Amino acid sequence: MLIKIAKPGDLRESDVTPESVYLSRRRFMGGLAGVGAGLALAGRAQAAASDYQDVPAGNPPGWFKPKLENAEWDSVVPADRELDKLTPFEDATHYNNFYEFGTGKSDPARNADSLETQPWSVVIDGEVANGGRFDLEDIAKPSRLQERIYRLRCVEAWSMVIPWLGIPLGDVIKRAEPTSKAKYVKFETLVAPDQMPGQDSSFALIDWPYTEGLRMDEAMHPLAILGLGMYGRELPNQNGAPFRLIVPWKYGFKSIKSIVRISLVEEQPVNSWQAIAPDEYGFYANVNPKVDHPRWSQATERRLPNSLFNPNIIDTRMFNGYADEVASLYQGMDLRKSF
Amino acid sequence: MSMPRYTLTLWRIAVFIAALVPLAYWSSQVAINAAGPEPGRYLLLNIGQGILWMLLLTLSLTPLTKLTRWKGFTLIRRQLGLWTLTYALLHLFCYAVFILGLDLSRLGSEIVRRPYIIVGMLALTGLIVMGVTSNKWSMRKLGKRWKTLHKIVYLVLGLGLLHFLWVVRADLEQWSLYAAVGALLMILRLPPIARQLPKFRQLIKRPGQARA
Repeated sequence: MLIKIAKPGDLRESDVTPESVYLSRRRFMGGLAGVGAGLALAGRAQAAASDYQDVPAGNPPGWFKPKLENAEWDSVVPADRELDKLTPFEDATHYNNFYEFGTGKSDPARNADSLETQPWSVVIDGEVANGGRFDLEDIAKPSRLQERIYRLRCVEAWSMVIPWLGIPLGDVIKRAEPTSKAKYVKFETLVAPDQMPGQDSSFALIDWPYTEGLRMDEAMHPLAILGLGMYGRELPNQNGAPFRLIVPWKYGFKSIKSIVRISLVEEQPVNSWQAIAPDEYGFYANVNPKVDHPRWSQATERRLPNSLFNPNIIDTRMFNGYADEVASLYQGMDLRKSF
Repeated sequence: MSMPRYTLTLWRIAVFIAALVPLAYWSSQVAINAAGPEPGRYLLLNIGQGILWMLLLTLSLTPLTKLTRWKGFTLIRRQLGLWTLTYALLHLFCYAVFILGLDLSRLGSEIVRRPYIIVGMLALTGLIVMGVTSNKWSMRKLGKRWKTLHKIVYLVLGLGLLHFLWVVRADLEQWSLYAAVGALLMILRLPPIARQLPKFRQLIKRPGQARA
């Protein structure tokens, strides 16, 4: 069996946040001054809601609300929350690469209203014992929703910090009961040119469906999640509603949006960007400041939002700052070749 | 077509103001925080497309003059050429200041390492050469060679389109439009076709004369 179940100690970043800091933030956010840990726990849902009071309410499916109320807030957060401050919701939802809705950064926010996300079903197939077509609700039901505040590093050298809500990808894969032949996980985005105007463009270089892949041990890593929401609500359409991948140690394009198919496969899948430009985008696409994109340096990134005379340039970290958690996955590999 | 002198002066002023309008608009979008979370990149990309607009407009003046014989088009040729150069310099300024944060060592290493930047810098060099020789003194000094020298504008167009092509990542629609207009303007310069342009003028004129 090639499936490597990660050790519980792998979720190190959350452990770095001392409980006192955690509680003081909650006191600040939710007015829970001087209460014990038990009470703070009880107040979590409320406190989390107030974290995002400026975020417009969405229109989630009925099953999403109870999941949200039961969510585990701040499940993984950045070690330095001052350095990795949350990106404003407005920016995270109006500066997107989602070519199904156009190639401009503001195109997805403008065009994604046409996407129909309810009902939504996902095919899980390939090397699994328990495959089939599942309602999204049934895929999400057995797992508790967790909030994961992750850095998002785009291959274009900009970055944000996003509070995702999701479930561990490993949970979903385990429930599908992969066979011993399952070595990779392949993901596909919806193809619906009537809802996704970018797929109608005859000049598009992407061969739809947008496809991504992970090695099995990467997919089973506890930091890899399937996202259902962000900023304390369900995913806005332009951010990959209703169901997307989030792999925080890889460049953003790996985190495929609006997933309709998850296949467990034996051969390494060819992801869409690799198919377009294999010399520029690899299969692994791990964030790596030492391996440049042929057209620009990856040594630094612009943390958004920035302003004209303060481009907010910070050093890019190995594996996007998640090296302690994931570097062991790539031991002995030449990351210059497997970029 | 003869027009009073002040009309042509007004025309030149109008063109000058029109060329400033996009810059004013993009700046105002940045000022009111409507340019997104990365305003520097917003300016960089918009001004970049502005260069192509200016260049293609400049290159359309000769065919337009042949087609209409209106000297107003010839009169703004140098102005639009200099606007192309201005936009290109602003584009480089945006890249150096807003994207690289004026990290001059990185500017140097990026310029030599990235093919699309090398191509862009070559195009800018061509524009600068034409810009500094666009005055009457240079025209007199260079004589016949001036015209030959300014043929590098065609090279600049090719390099500019290549620079843009290498930036495009997944959708060629916009690039194809610019390339098609550029190709059309080149075709209109081929001698057999260029010779036909004045005839089209008569075709355009005739219905008007019939009405008169």
